Amino acid sequence: MRFLFKTHYNQDIDHLKHGGDRFWYGLLLVLVAAAPAALGTFYLGELNLVMIYAIAGVGLMLLVGYTGQVSLGHAAFLAIGAYTHSLLLGAGLPFLLSIVAAVLVSALVGAGVGWIALRMTGIYLAIATLAFAMLTEQTISRAEWLTGGFRGLAVPQASLFGMPLTQGWQHYYVTLTLLVLTLLAALNILRSSTGRAMVAIRDSEISAESVGINLAVYKTFAFALSAGITGLAGALFAHRLGYLSPDAFTFLISLQLLLMVVVGGVGSMRGVIYGALFIGFLPQLLAIARDTLPPRIAQAPGLEPGIFGLILVLVILFEPQGIFGRWLKIKSYFQLFPLYRRATHRRQKTYLRTERLR
Amino acid sequence: MSYLAALDLSISFGGIRAVDDVSFDVEEGEVFAIIGPNGAGKTTLFNLVSGIYSPDGGSVRFAGRDITSLPAHRIAPLGLARTFQNIELFEHATVLQNLLIGRHVHRRSMALSHLLFLPAVRREELEHRRRVEDVIDLLELAHHREQRIANLPYGVRKVVEVGRALCLEPKLLLLDEPTSGLNPEESEDMGFWIEDINRDLGVTVVMVAHDMGLVSRVAGRVLALSEGRVIAEGSPAEVQKNPAVVDAYLGAD
Repeated sequence: MRFLFKTHYNQDIDHLKHGGDRFWYGLLLVLVAAAPAALGTFYLGELNLVMIYAIAGVGLMLLVGYTGQVSLGHAAFLAIGAYTHSLLLGAGLPFLLSIVAAVLVSALVGAGVGWIALRMTGIYLAIATLAFAMLTEQTISRAEWLTGGFRGLAVPQASLFGMPLTQGWQHYYVTLTLLVLTLLAALNILRSSTGRAMVAIRDSEISAESVGINLAVYKTFAFALSAGITGLAGALFAHRLGYLSPDAFTFLISLQLLLMVVVGGVGSMRGVIYGALFIGFLPQLLAIARDTLPPRIAQAPGLEPGIFGLILVLVILFEPQGIFGRWLKIKSYFQLFPLYRRATHRRQKTYLRTERLR
Repeated sequence: MSYLAALDLSISFGGIRAVDDVSFDVEEGEVFAIIGPNGAGKTTLFNLVSGIYSPDGGSVRFAGRDITSLPAHRIAPLGLARTFQNIELFEHATVLQNLLIGRHVHRRSMALSHLLFLPAVRREELEHRRRVEDVIDLLELAHHREQRIANLPYGVRKVVEVGRALCLEPKLLLLDEPTSGLNPEESEDMGFWIEDINRDLGVTVVMVAHDMGLVSRVAGRVLALSEGRVIAEGSPAEVQKNPAVVDAYLGAD
């Protein structure tokens, strides 16, 4: 077990708290940077997709895990980011500028949705965001003059600093860079007063108000931030798809994003990465499993969504803190060995709160 | 002009007048207690003053300013902090984070600079942390600093909530039943802290209390409510002897 001797408040503010952190995160960065040399095209592409999911997951986690606002409509922001990026790229805007524009447009729409949904919480908010996603899907399929509707929209070839992005490894490095920057920005927000205000709104709106937090402003900001980051993922996702059509951004994508956040561990940024790995590689595992299963089970329709749903139910029942929570438990088991007790991580009961003001 | 002045405050929920034409004045630097049997409207009165509810009639003035129609998040920066009867802490955050959230009204940087965590933001964070550590020292919370609220016993949560209110550096502190649910030892500590906060930090305190021992020890003046109306006002000893108060608590004979 590690005992930290703290001598300065900066040690609590820094992202990497000690030598161990610096070593392991450094090693991870080296490994992912070296991945293109070791992996084949297929797995590199899959890893790229995982990182795109992770970016979208960071966006959704800020909203769901830290601000406590549920969204079942994040596929819409993914779509808005993807279409904005493709259209602007087609209009001749440089790659980076068009990505920035995609982020800004998504954030703006997100702010609008957040502002409209201010008074809604819980299940009503989930329904409202779901309705918004349906609306977006319909709008994209009807606005043929702009988006091509169901005929689709070819994503133009991008080029960065005069170099055309054609190879898988080029996209991989672009995504990796943006993922690292997104994570840093999100963690920066979380260690400052804005992030604390978001957490405050999640845990108790009434006392957030009484310490001077403007609920409307921070909820709208959280929506805008979340939508902007998801829009960034959408722009990258467009290149992965190569061809955009409304049915690439259905309700199932929204559900998958939410599943990622829940399975990874609500309220932790590392959980996003675990969740993204899970969502990204589970279909591969299922495909491999299919080869060994008897054909009657392997070919059954709806096997994949069924297993996704089953996993979601099991996680919520048995490990509400997700993969990240499980990791914490395993870690403390070894740190405290042989003194670990199950009760250490037992969920504490919340004291009764009778005063419901709103 | 008194520091906090409520004039003819009223609010109804459905057919019930929870607070009915209540007026009171609190002078700067005093400890003012509000007592009354269950359902007398004490907490509702607090919610009216702190902007959680807006009154049907009447007005509230604080430090020479009309705050009747201001929302809660605009009242807090004026220097008015409060606690809740049933504890409204941020359960899934640590004690330190809870106290830092209490510094919200003193933030200076914008959300966009937080994305980059500019050097100015770091300097601000260090300043917040120093102020929070002062509160941790005062309330002896150092031992629990890194604990999540969900893992803390009830008594400590009560103290953390007072700590969070103090982090606002308020001029006026509204304490809603600071000793409810505490054991005698914890209640006594709370009494000392209220005295310290009032005397050493110069914070005006208004508290709702059931514990007459605490009220007689720390409060200078007492307001007694029953069924939403003021029934007595004066020093603790006077109010305790007032026949209307005895009636309200024990019933007329």
